[in-house]
Amino acid sequence: MKNVPFNRRAFLKSAVASSAAAVSVGLPQSAQAQQKAAAPPTPSAGYAFLNPDEAAFIEAVVDHMVPADELSPKGSDMGINTFIDRALAGGWGKGDRLYMQGPWKQGVPSQGYQLPLTPAELYRAGIASANAYCVKTYSKPFDKMPETQRQEFLVAWSTGKVNFENGPPARVFFTMLYQNVIEGMFSDPLYGGNQNKAGWKMIGFPGVIAVNQQNIEKYRDKKFPANPLGIADMS
Amino acid sequence: MATRLKEVDAVIVGLGWTGGILAKELSAAGLKVVALERGKMFSTAEDFQVPQVRDELRYVQRHELMQNAARDTLTIRNNPNQEALPMRRLGSFLPGEGAGGSGMHWSGHTWRWTDMEFKVRSRYEERYGKSFIPADMTIQDWGITYAELEPYYDKFERVAAVSGKAGNIDGQIQPGGNPFEAPRAREYPLPPLTPILANEVFSAAAKNAGYHPFPRPSANASRAYTNPDGVRFGACQYCGFCQRFGCEANAKGSPHMTVIPIAMRNPNFELRTHAWVSKILKDASGKRVTGVTYTNVLNGEEFEQPASIVLLTAYALNNVHLMLLSGLGQPYDPVSQKGVIGKNYCYQTGAGATLFFEGRNFNPFMSAGGSSASADDFNTNWDFDRGKHGWIGGYNLSSGFNTALPIGYRPVPRGTPAWGKEWKAATAKWYQTAMNVGVSGSVMANRYNYFDLDPTYRNAFGQPLMRMTFDYKENEHKMGRHAAQVINDLAKSMNPTRLNEATARTEPWTVVPYQSTHNTGGTIMGTSPRSSALNKYLQSWDYHNLFVVGANVFAHNASYNPTGPVGALAYWTADAVKRYTKNPAPLVSA
Repeated sequence: MKNVPFNRRAFLKSAVASSAAAVSVGLPQSAQAQQKAAAPPTPSAGYAFLNPDEAAFIEAVVDHMVPADELSPKGSDMGINTFIDRALAGGWGKGDRLYMQGPWKQGVPSQGYQLPLTPAELYRAGIASANAYCVKTYSKPFDKMPETQRQEFLVAWSTGKVNFENGPPARVFFTMLYQNVIEGMFSDPLYGGNQNKAGWKMIGFPGVIAVNQQNIEKYRDKKFPANPLGIADMS
Repeated sequence: MATRLKEVDAVIVGLGWTGGILAKELSAAGLKVVALERGKMFSTAEDFQVPQVRDELRYVQRHELMQNAARDTLTIRNNPNQEALPMRRLGSFLPGEGAGGSGMHWSGHTWRWTDMEFKVRSRYEERYGKSFIPADMTIQDWGITYAELEPYYDKFERVAAVSGKAGNIDGQIQPGGNPFEAPRAREYPLPPLTPILANEVFSAAAKNAGYHPFPRPSANASRAYTNPDGVRFGACQYCGFCQRFGCEANAKGSPHMTVIPIAMRNPNFELRTHAWVSKILKDASGKRVTGVTYTNVLNGEEFEQPASIVLLTAYALNNVHLMLLSGLGQPYDPVSQKGVIGKNYCYQTGAGATLFFEGRNFNPFMSAGGSSASADDFNTNWDFDRGKHGWIGGYNLSSGFNTALPIGYRPVPRGTPAWGKEWKAATAKWYQTAMNVGVSGSVMANRYNYFDLDPTYRNAFGQPLMRMTFDYKENEHKMGRHAAQVINDLAKSMNPTRLNEATARTEPWTVVPYQSTHNTGGTIMGTSPRSSALNKYLQSWDYHNLFVVGANVFAHNASYNPTGPVGALAYWTADAVKRYTKNPAPLVSA
């Protein structure tokens, strides 16, 4: 480790890379060219964690929550299902940074997550419970239900009106699932979701560029011509 | 069996802002100093490069720079009648890990706390009478004055590259600054950050309402800068990835690129990373500490590091935990109100409104950590009469953006569905056309908000977790109602297309979602060993060669972010330790 307080060479390297990105934002066509050249490969088909029933459930959820329209493709076409699968197969899903020692008690809501389950284990138990609830109530698993029933179930689930018999707390699972859908829609495409930066394009978030010292005044109360770049576009 | 190492002059436990400042100052004064840091070394070049550092999932959602709750966490409850349970994942607060600590992922907000805090009990009693302070509110004077700390604030602001506008230089009110700040000897080292639209819209409305808005002082260099130690800063790029992130431009004042590398150039200083300190050792006399035990977490080897002076400079919560684990001082008991270790844990509170303006462009992704305009009319303004409102403390009113990234920030008007086409349309419509007005509020100390050791749960080293007992009390609820009213009146005066009004907090404090990494108290400074753990030089009343530095010394919590006084007190303590080495004895007689 060199003991220098300020690594000029490394800083210049980063500043130059960043400036290049800033310039390309000002020139949408060249930015587009750069994006095409550096576009990450589409995530390969197949699931690392989800089994076929679970995958069908997750695909149905993300497509219902994020339907295709003029603003974005549908959830599975954005890779939100892939994002969730990879998150569950990886460290986060296996309980990274999660204190997993007992004893286990339910506690009160202000004490936060208290389940003896990693996120992946909660998904496994939670999807089975949700489908069991759907079969009991609607005679079909979630992915076979029509739109109106999906909507009715999701509204009831998200507002605490659904209980999973002998299963994990329905609301805790919904909270985690919803958070992961949002993450899959808006995180860097590196993680499998937000493919083609469709989530960022929908709202006008410019992504990883961000050398804005000159832009603060230039774009004050003006629309920023965002053509978002992801980490892979600049690597 | 721990390997006993050669004694050094001073051992530093935890290397963030406070440990880094002490490492640099004391090694320069000729002391042989060893720092033990549980995390790894960080450098801008290796750890904070673009584009990898621009990753919201990794740094914000997955806590890349934070402590690992799987190894050590706290148990949590709202009151002594509840059973505490572990905070199984970080949430409400996010202490950092590694050489640089939370000073790498902070936003840079750097305030000067004043005598309104340091003399809190005497000033409120003098103005409003003794009975104005509720019986369970254990606020007390800190034993230090603003005048004593002023040169040290100045030093820290210059080291950390704080951009701002003075409001009071030697008693002369300065246009454009905060008229309610305490007198400063001179201007900030750097001019304020360029205001963003939300700052301008807020400031215009605040002025109309008779308030006194000013740019928030922040350690985000508004232009390229060289600090008094010769450390070079790049200019802030308003990249929008500040809080939770390291800065690739070296524009955010951080210990890993200022005080720590300077200490590391000094042969008197040695840094040992991956060194987890589990105990501070004391001698048989019970008057002195003798060193620490630690584990190399890369291989499990245990060491004892003897030292003439122990400087406890980890994150505030970890400092208190180590004091309790080491049996140093008398633990606080809320029933008898005897004991001092664990006393006066405080947090912060807040309220906020979201304002939607059809057709405007706030560009929330384009901001510095400190891109806020603030007003202290209900905070450090001592002329504001709390008597008729019946609460103690204050709140800083502000508006701006800081790290408004899309997983976490997607404002929509209340009543919008949480998914589907309508949600998508609202998310797309309002992301760039909304702004916030909010407050950060103080929390006064209370008899029943405190730390002790948990009777059940243990960390990865088999030691008891620390137990946090905390909730907001009626004083904070009253202030919250006042703040919500002020916010909403101001917001309505701005005529937004839609408005999500601020509401006063009524629910108990919860461990989720994120609220603030401004945990204070537990080993507080004060005027007497009966009511405080440390004297005004942050020297233990019980063990005169032990100094404990961090927000854990705050006797209560103010509206302001804590790093200003934390940094200033670290320099103040460095001077005290230098005097102490010439005559090792209590610096204040008990």
